[in-house]
Amino acid sequence: MQAPPVDRFCGVRISPLTRRRLHNFRANRRGVWSLWIFLALFAGSLFAEVVANDKPLLIYFDGGFYAPIAKAYPETTFGGTFETETDYRDPFVADLIDAQGWMIWPPIPYNHRTVTWDLPVPAPAPPDAEHWLGTDDQARDVTARLIYGFRISIIFGLVLTIFSSIIGVAAGAVQGYFGGWTDLLFQRFMEIWSGLPTLYLLIIMASVVAPNFWWLLGLMLLFSWMGLVGVVRAEFLRARNFDYVRAARALGVSNGVIMFRHVLPNAMVATLTFLPFVLSGSITTLTALDFIGFGLPPGSASLGELLAQGKANLQAPWLGLTGFFTLAIMLSLLVFIGEAVRDAFDPRKLFAGVAPPPETTAETATAPATGGGA
Amino acid sequence: MTGEALAILTLRNLQKYFPVEKGLFSRSTGWVKAVDGVDLSVHRGETLGLVGESGCGKSTLGKLITRLEGATGGEIEFEGRDTLSLKGSALRELRREIQTIFQDPYSSLNPRMTAYDIIEEPLLVHGTASKTERRNRVFELLETVGIRREYGGRYPHEFSGGQRQRIGIARALALNPKLVVCDEPVSALDVSIQAQILNLLEKLQKEFGLTYIFISHDLSVVEHISDRIAIMYLGQIVELAESSAFYAQAYHPYSEALLSASPIPDPTAARQRIILKGDPPSPIDVPAGCRFHMRCPHAAEICRADPTPPLEEITPGRWVRCWRAGEIRGIPESGANRTEPTGLHQNDLP
Repeated sequence: MQAPPVDRFCGVRISPLTRRRLHNFRANRRGVWSLWIFLALFAGSLFAEVVANDKPLLIYFDGGFYAPIAKAYPETTFGGTFETETDYRDPFVADLIDAQGWMIWPPIPYNHRTVTWDLPVPAPAPPDAEHWLGTDDQARDVTARLIYGFRISIIFGLVLTIFSSIIGVAAGAVQGYFGGWTDLLFQRFMEIWSGLPTLYLLIIMASVVAPNFWWLLGLMLLFSWMGLVGVVRAEFLRARNFDYVRAARALGVSNGVIMFRHVLPNAMVATLTFLPFVLSGSITTLTALDFIGFGLPPGSASLGELLAQGKANLQAPWLGLTGFFTLAIMLSLLVFIGEAVRDAFDPRKLFAGVAPPPETTAETATAPATGGGA
Repeated sequence: MTGEALAILTLRNLQKYFPVEKGLFSRSTGWVKAVDGVDLSVHRGETLGLVGESGCGKSTLGKLITRLEGATGGEIEFEGRDTLSLKGSALRELRREIQTIFQDPYSSLNPRMTAYDIIEEPLLVHGTASKTERRNRVFELLETVGIRREYGGRYPHEFSGGQRQRIGIARALALNPKLVVCDEPVSALDVSIQAQILNLLEKLQKEFGLTYIFISHDLSVVEHISDRIAIMYLGQIVELAESSAFYAQAYHPYSEALLSASPIPDPTAARQRIILKGDPPSPIDVPAGCRFHMRCPHAAEICRADPTPPLEEITPGRWVRCWRAGEIRGIPESGANRTEPTGLHQNDLP
């Protein structure tokens, strides 16, 4: 028996439709290089601890190797006085270690909260060989804060996007598929819910508890899921009357399976097209909250906080400019990727120039059927 | 007469009304009477052709039978079960026995599933045991409908219209149904392919002992395949007859006009076209009396006043919903039913 020909991409079986979508995505050159640059930056920022840290990557001391990034050593290990974790940037400790071994530092020997105590000028210090993008007004290295801030922004955006799409798609699917009263009541609920002022709620909450990453994420999620509901609901409303959905119902396929297998793939096109834009929206929201001071807890690396510092220190333009360019480049990359995704799913481009399938005579294989009748 | 003993499916006074909503608070301002009091029985192993113009309710009737829509009133009895009240697992059991073939082979197959997956789905839902068993069954079905098993891995857009319809038929047959509602299965196809599909349907009927309800707007298509013909007009059946008798002479004026409009593949054949005046009235605002009286060339006083004429058995096996049918066709009237306009007895269904 001859197996049907299977098209594979990265080891996953894909349909000809997906193959054409990939092709369309690749045809948008700007989107493709944006994706690669973005992925490279994001992957790089995932290793922020290795790139920018106030601990050495590796220490050779007195015949033994130490990896301070992975494990905390008390100062006494290296002949110091305190039982607390070693401050490797302390000149006293550095001298102790250098006397009996050596240290390998990351390219940027600061992390996002390292305060440089020995600045030659008052903070914020302008860019120089030591601090590539200068320091902020608390004498922390801007490059290090940028790397950590970029990472947390992207991760926050990604997690928020993923969760709000899951909730949004599920909500839209239920509304659209069942329609009627379910739809009506859910829609009215959403109208009321979307009327709640998110910002005030955040401000009130921030005065009660100190917001952290997950806290903020949960709070934003309460409102952000509504973004995709409209699109998905519309797709489900349309698809519930497709003949193949009717056929599935007539076959006795359960509602859940119909929604998942037959209708959801239609809705995914609209959803996927939206995702890059949802992602950039989420990042902007977090930045805005940080900018006005209701975002991540104080001391966290964040682009919004960097911008706020830039605003407060106009005499130190490297702060504002760094924040601005980082955000502008990141959001532009996401928008370019989004455009390429949109192109990939565009039905007009998808079916342009596709030849109709060749007619094959079907009557040829009826003969063996009589032998194997049911 | 054709009693219920033969019947696999019996419809009694079946109704489906859709509300017409208007204004801010969706006030129901009227009803579209898509199916309005249909009495019909379908015999085991026969093909019943259900014919009518667009909007007469024939597709809605098909959906009611397959339980894709719920009825507003009336009864559907399938092999002794009242299908309208079925729920849950009993309904799933019914779905196994009544299947549909859809009109448009382009929209009735999920473009994201291969032919194999499409045909396998009903087997999965109704729990056909092992993977090998399902595989064998899918290949068997593919070959039954005349598609080579190697094509199982292809997607719907890689097939022609006729081949897609074959896949739709294979899917409908997967569960060994007893009754198949064919909702205009060939009207989206080329004439040459239509014949292939009709032949396939006939072959399958013989092979598996299927009962068909064949919905169509085209009398010439139905002629080929049907044992009996039912003509629908504005949600009601206006004539029901044996196929051969019907094509020889339609009794209801509407069926007659319909028949005269269907082309004959013979350029020399003379046939008088009956041109109807006007359009069918809106099913929201059904006229009093006979629903056809405004367009009927034979309309008389009795036709314009309520009640609507009953579906009467004029000659054996031929049921007509017309006060004047006997008169027009020169058949001595029995008179028995005339006095009882609503009068269909339970056991006396067409």
